[in-house]
Formats: sequence, structure tokens, C-alpha cells
Amino acid sequence: MTTLTDDTLSVTPRAMRDELIAFAVMALLLASVPFTGVYPFFVMQALCFALLACAFNLLVGYGGLLSFGHAMFLGTAGYCSAHALKVWALPPELGILVGIAAAFVLSIITGFISIRRQGIYFSMITLALSQLLYFIYLQAPFTHGEDGIQGIPQGRMFGIFDLSKPTVLYYVVLVGFLAGFLLIFRIINSPFGEVLKAIRENEPRAISLGYRTDQYKFLAFVLSGTLAGFAGALKVFVAQNASLTDVHWSMSGEVVLMTLVGGLGTIFGPVVGAFVIIAMQQYLAGFGQWVTVIQGSIFVVCVLTFRRGVIGEIAHYFRRSL
Amino acid sequence: MQALYAQLLVGLINGSFYALLSLGLAVIFGMLNIINFAHGAVYMMGAFVAYFLLNLGGINYWWALLLAPIIVGIFGMILERTMLQWLTGLDHLYGLLLTFGIALIVQGVFQNYFGSSGLPYAIPDQLKGGMNLGFMFLPVYRGWVVVFSLVVCLATWFLIEKTQLGAYLRAATENPTLVRAFGINVPRMITLTYGLGVGLAALAGVLSAPINQVRPLMGADLIIVVFAVVVIGGMGSIMGSIITGFALGVIEGLTKYFYPEASNTVVFVLMVLVLLVKPTGLTGRAA
Amino acid sequence: MKQRFSALLLGVALGFVASGASAQDKTVKIGVLTDNSGLYSDLGGAGSTLAAQMAIEDSGLAAKGWKIDLISADHQNKPDIATTIARQWIDVEKVDIFMDVLNSGVALAVNNVVKEKNSILIDTGAATSDLTNAQCSPNTVHWVYDTYMLANSTGQALVKAGGDTWYFLTADYAFGAALERDTTAVVQKAGGKVLGSVKHPLNSSDFSSFLLQAQASKAKIVGLANAGGDTTNSIKQAAEFGIVAGGQKLAGLLLFITDVHSLGLNVAQGLNFTETFYWDLNDGTRAFAKRFSERMKNKAMPSMVQAGVYSGLIHYFKALEAMGGNPHDGAKAVEKMKSMPTDDPLFGQGSIRVDGRKIHPAYLFEVKKPSESKGPWDYYKLVGTVPADQAFRPLSESACPLVKK
Repeated sequence: MTTLTDDTLSVTPRAMRDELIAFAVMALLLASVPFTGVYPFFVMQALCFALLACAFNLLVGYGGLLSFGHAMFLGTAGYCSAHALKVWALPPELGILVGIAAAFVLSIITGFISIRRQGIYFSMITLALSQLLYFIYLQAPFTHGEDGIQGIPQGRMFGIFDLSKPTVLYYVVLVGFLAGFLLIFRIINSPFGEVLKAIRENEPRAISLGYRTDQYKFLAFVLSGTLAGFAGALKVFVAQNASLTDVHWSMSGEVVLMTLVGGLGTIFGPVVGAFVIIAMQQYLAGFGQWVTVIQGSIFVVCVLTFRRGVIGEIAHYFRRSL
Repeated sequence: MQALYAQLLVGLINGSFYALLSLGLAVIFGMLNIINFAHGAVYMMGAFVAYFLLNLGGINYWWALLLAPIIVGIFGMILERTMLQWLTGLDHLYGLLLTFGIALIVQGVFQNYFGSSGLPYAIPDQLKGGMNLGFMFLPVYRGWVVVFSLVVCLATWFLIEKTQLGAYLRAATENPTLVRAFGINVPRMITLTYGLGVGLAALAGVLSAPINQVRPLMGADLIIVVFAVVVIGGMGSIMGSIITGFALGVIEGLTKYFYPEASNTVVFVLMVLVLLVKPTGLTGRAA
Repeated sequence: MKQRFSALLLGVALGFVASGASAQDKTVKIGVLTDNSGLYSDLGGAGSTLAAQMAIEDSGLAAKGWKIDLISADHQNKPDIATTIARQWIDVEKVDIFMDVLNSGVALAVNNVVKEKNSILIDTGAATSDLTNAQCSPNTVHWVYDTYMLANSTGQALVKAGGDTWYFLTADYAFGAALERDTTAVVQKAGGKVLGSVKHPLNSSDFSSFLLQAQASKAKIVGLANAGGDTTNSIKQAAEFGIVAGGQKLAGLLLFITDVHSLGLNVAQGLNFTETFYWDLNDGTRAFAKRFSERMKNKAMPSMVQAGVYSGLIHYFKALEAMGGNPHDGAKAVEKMKSMPTDDPLFGQGSIRVDGRKIHPAYLFEVKKPSESKGPWDYYKLVGTVPADQAFRPLSESACPLVKK
């Protein structure tokens, strides 16, 4: 049995340098968006999904655990942030914290339940758990069912930044995304990340080396879930609503697709994948009927012939780590 | 008390669908080590094929019961030959992703051509009407579903556990190389097994066509519940998945009576409880 | 310094040109935001875009020097996708007016964007009565129907016809609860009695347990306070359990002709529910429906949502003509639309209230027996009519801030 990703290069100074250069290029590109005439709301939405996909990738690409229920963290954080902002009238920064805290608690509970089973079972359990939450949110009064939480006030971040201005909002979202991204980057390159990769490659060996692999996997799950929650909280400011679509299983599927397209277990892959998929959704909106068929086809093509994803293929071609 | 009997019986009917679907999943998983995410989509195809047979070919329900699983089973075998077999040796998760993609394509295409609201399929004349059991009015068709699916489940169990062919199948799961050394064509057996599992799902689709609307998304949500059923039961044993299927249907039926608000979630809650107590599932081996 | 001054001059000059142009600006861009692929694509979808196209052609504005563009997109029933499309349409595509926008969650989200950006929303597909109640907006008109109206007319008309005991099958979420609550109020006010209700989870595939309970209640009317696949499945299974054959009547509280079409008359016969448009109502509707179905891919007759797109745009065009040009000011155009009475062959005469509610008569239909139907799409018998002023939520009960009390 081969693992999800092939030849991961070990962290050499050169790999580190490549990744930092790539990061700088990405940050510069994204920071210049408001000056290019590209529609900022589109990019903001893509950034939220990119962060979500990165968080998801932390779990699957480095921990080898394919969660099919990551929408539950996105949606839970979204609902809780939205509720905090609208009903409790908290300032934006506290609203985000409420969302992150909710995702944190949820990931501890669901992690405790799901981490007991491996492989395919883990995927099915996370899917079932997220479906359970979907039904709960559908019936819970505070989510307003199908109507969702609407018209969420954007307010002023730290009392200074007026988030109702698109450019200000854009940079706040961008900073949030970059912070989350750097954190994930840091985790991957930490000793903890190395152990995680060792577990993914060969769990029995890691156990025999004395690592309590379940604890490592649990921690990865909680980190991933909490960061996904951060993405969900940011998304509330962009969309100004929180709705059931964010907890539905099809959203979990989309996250998987983004990461797969960009490259499982690559650092920048999920970002590229998120932009590709969101762009596709926007520009194929006119085609309507065929979107799901196209998404399905991408899944099939990726799995059969393109398992490294866009970034994975590039990295492989140039023998670089990205 | 009378109402309770009625709910038990109604629960058994739903259990039949769970049993047929989780049985198919278990058969496929045993042989291919793949969780077939496209199971909901092939279930839907079964119902659609029955609809086409009736409306385009004038072929009635009874023939559809035989033909639809074969047609969809062949479709499944083509999928296995052209796509799934290339995943041998890769991580299991790729099988999940591939079948998920196939499910999206199939559902999307059907939605494109037949809309979302669904098509009607009438109950066959011989099974129309109902009988008064004293405690409830039981539509004849529902009784038929329970009996027929029970027979099919037991026949499948017999085929796999008690026949020569089943012995080969089980052996090939344990040690494919050795079985191949005996001159048995293992890849062909895998293909046939996938066809069998998919055919069982299509059969469930035909059975459900007269009860539910024939809709492109009829299997999409159902499959998640069936996944939970499979996690509860464990996929190690054929009989295990049949029994858990029926049992969960009954439990769900009872919930509908005592606390209807929770009847959608009860299977998932049970799954959580089972995982906390016995992480490998009720009958499963460790995965 | 000099440069800056000339830039200022240029700006002022451009400003004059722009403001001068708006007086006789005769360009309009219409955006049909609908569900092209999901659950409601038969109800709106391509048919809504066709209805908009027909409204543009029938308005005859092109001959009078107007330039009208039409774009459409699929909101995939996702509020976040819908808001991004809506913002982009307003900011980049310069769309003046949003049509269709079915799905309540999506409609409320777009409603907010439209209000913020002073655009126009004529919603013909969403059910939520909040659009003209607590969340009403000076930029939004709710055209065809809403949950309050459906509950109100179905309840009223059925009690009048002798259906005075009710049992509800209610989808267990806010929408179902609202339908049940509103209908219960109407039924009790009209002298009827509600014997009980059972809540079922959303997207159930099996309704037999709930139907058994409804059957045991012996109520004359079984009210279906659910939507979409839940409604069609419960109707289908009710036929199987012999509910209608046993003398009970089914009342759908949110049901469309597309649902009846997909169920088939065998199963749907005897069903009662309310719509505000039916293609076979009078000569005007028949003429429109004939032209419409000839141009549809599957020869379908128009649903009330699609008819609403046509009717709403015709009224919008009349308002534009009366103003002599497109002001590109949503609130102003809606103000004008509210001040003019509406009249078109599809919905007859009506008006738009101050809260944005378009009012017109509501019709209670009963689905024909297969033997009574003369052909495809010949499905309804008219059972009763509720006049426009009684069908919708009275302004005195409104929570809309636009209503001055």
C-alpha cells in the first residue's frame, strides 16, 4: 500500500528557502489584488476557502486522515460568529474568537469519537457526524433553519478598521488568511509535524518507536478543526450571512476536491485548488446544470491520472518542495 | 399498543432498504477494500431503469426486478474495469474519492435530463391495495418489500458463506496471490463482486420506486445513513450487516413514534454511542 | 497643482455628462438569479429566463430606443454564492434589477445586498413572508406568493368548504412551523378545529409512521406543512395508505404545478392547494402559456414563479417608461412601481403595497381525477377564490418599518 502523497522531500534549507520565496510571491500577489481590478469579493471568498482547505490538508496531507465532515467546523464557527455579532452585538474580533472557540470545542468532541477508527471508517464517521450536526442546525431555533442568519453587521475591527469598506475588509481577510497559513506552515515544519508525517508513512513503526500515535492524530484533528473554524468565522464577514450550505455534506466534498486538485500534502496546493474551484463555481454559474458533473469529472480525473494535483506536479517536475 | 405494532412493522420496511444497501457495501468492501460512495447513485439508477423499462419498453415491474439489477450491475462492472481496478495497491481513500466523483457525475447527469422533482412509478396491479391486520392497515406492497428483501439478503448470505463460489470469494479476499495460484481468475471475480454489490443496490432502488418518487437525488442522503449503519454493524460479516440493517430500521421506526423530531438523527446518535463503547463496531473486525 | 486643477475640471465635466445622461438613459440590465440545477430548477430555472426574455420582447421598448440586456446565473441554492454573484452583478455588470431569486435563504441574503447597494429585487420564487414583514426593504417587491398567503387562503377556503377538522404533517424546522402556526390561526378563526400535528424531520424518505398517526386522528383535512420532495413523497405515500380513499382530504400548503406534474394525476387527484397563477385560468393566461411552452425545451407550461417573472418585468418596464429613462436608482424606481396600479394578462389587476407586497387574488385548486383531465398539464379545478385584499397579511399586522402606523 502506498501512502497518499509520494516522495515528500525532507526539510532541507533549500526546501525551506523555496517555500519562503513562494510564500512571499503569494502574499505580494494577493496584497496587490485591490489595485488590479479583480473583483475583491471573489478573492475574499476564495481566501476563506483556501484557509479551510489548508486546515483540511493539515489533517489529510500530513496526518493521513481523510475527514469527510470538515464542513461542520466551517458551519459551526460561522453560525456561532454570526450569532455573536448579530444577537450579542459583539465587536468583530470577539465574534471571530467565539467562532474559533466553538470549532475548538466541537473538534475536541468529534475528534474523541472519530479518531478511534482508521482509514475508511474515519471518513464515514466524520461524514455521519457532520450530517448529525446538519440536522441539529436545521432544527435549532438560533440558526433560523433554511433562512439562515442574515444581514450580519460588519462593524469595526478593533474599533479602527471599518469592515463595511470592501478594501479594508479585503486586507483584514488577507491578514487573517496569511496568519492562519503561516501557523499551518509552522506546524508542518515543527517536530510535531515530523512525527505526524512519520505516522502517516508507517504507523506501526511510529508506535514501536514509542510515539503515542492516537494522541498525535487527535491533536492534528483539533488543530485542523479549529483552523477550519477560523475560516468559517472570516467567511461570515465576507458573505454577511451564515447558512445551512456551510454545514452540508456537499461542502465537505468541495473541500476535499479543492485539496485534491491543488495537491494533497503540498503546502500551497490547497490555496491553488480553492481558487480554481471557486473560480469555476463563479464562472460556470451561467452553465448551471453541469457544475456537479464537472466537479465529479475532476474528482475522477484527479484520482485516476493526476494524484499529485497542480502544485504537486509542479513540485515534482522541478524537484522542489512547495 | 396497537400503534406500536404498526410502527414496528413500518420500521421493518425501512430496515429492508438499509439491509440491502449495507449488504451491498459489505460485499464490495470485503472484496475490493473500497467504500462505494456511488452506492446511493446506483440505487437511484435502479429506480430510473425500472421507470424506463416501464415507460419506454413497456416492461413491467416483475421483469424490472430482474433486469434493472443486471443492467446496473453491468454498468458497475464497466466502472470497475475502466476505473476502479487502476486503484489496486493505492491508499483506500482514493477509492472513496473516485466513487464520490462518480456519484456526482451520475447524479448530475440524471438531474440534467430529468429535473429534480422526480418521476412517478405506479405500484404493480398485483400488489395494490392493503390488508387490515387488526392493528393497522398494511399496504400489500410494503409487506412484499419486507419479505422479498429478506429472501434476497439470505440468498446472498448463502451464496457467499455456503457455496463453492463463495468459498473462492472469501479465499481471494484473504490471500489473492494464493488463490490465483490455484488457477482462479481473481480480477474477474473482483469485477463480478462489484457487479453483485451494485446490483443489490439497484434492486433496492427498484423496490423503492413505487414508494418514493424516482428522483436523481433519492440516494444522496440515504447513503450517509447507510454509512452510519455500516459503521455500527462493522463490515466484517455479511449476516452482521443484514441484522444491523433491519434492527436500525426498527429502532428508527420506534423513534418516529415516541419522539419523531429525532428520527433523522437517531442512527447517527447510535453510531456515536456504539463507537464510544465498542470502537470496532458491533460485529466488525478491527480495520 | 495645475495638473490637479485640470483633473478636477475634468471630473466636474464628466459629472455633468453623467448626470445629464441619466435623465434619458435608456439602457437596462436585467439579472435572472435562479436555481438552474437543483431542487427548484423546474419551478424557476431556464423557464424564468425565458419568461424574462418574453417580457422584454412583449414590452416593445426596443422599438422605442431602449437597450435591454438580460443575464442569468445559477445561485445553486447557496446564499453565499448568491451574495457574491449579486455584488458582482451590481458592481461590475451594472445590473439594475434582480428577478426570480427563489429559495428563501438566498432571497433574504440578496435582499440585504440589494438594499445596501440601492438596486431592485422583484422576488417571484421565495416563500418567506419575512421579505415584506420584518426584513422588508424599499428596494424589494415580493410578487407571487408567500407562506402567510398560502396558509391563509388554503385554510380559509377549505374550512368554508366544510373541512373543519385538521391534522398537520409538519416539517420540523422554522419554515414548517410557520406554515402550521399561520394555518392554525386561520382555521380556528374560521371556526375549525386542529386535532393535532406530528413533526417529521426534513428530507424524510418514509412518511408511513406519520401518515398512520394522521389517519388515526380522523381529521377531515390532513395539512402538509412541508415543501419539495417531502410534500411529494408524503402525497405519494398517503395514496398508498389509502388516506384520500378513506375520506380524508390532503391540503398542500406549499405545492406547485411542477409537483403535480411529477406526481401524476393518479396519485395527486383530490389534492387541495393554493396558487396565484394557473395557465388555464382565462384567455390571457392561456395565450401566454401557449407561446411559453412552445419555446420551452420540454414543452412545460409556465409555473407561477415563471409567470411572476414576466408579470413583474412588464410592470417594471411600465414604470421605466413613465419615468422617461432609467434613473439607476433602485428605491426611486420601486417607489414609482408602487405608485402605479399593476395590470397584466397573467395576474390581472393588482397593486404593490407600501411594504413591497404585490397583491392579487389567490385561487384554491383541487387536482382533477385522471378521467377529468383532457391532456397533459390539464390538472386543476378551481374551487374557490380569495380576493386580493383578503389573501395577504393585512398591513395592520405588519412588522415592516416602512408601514407607518
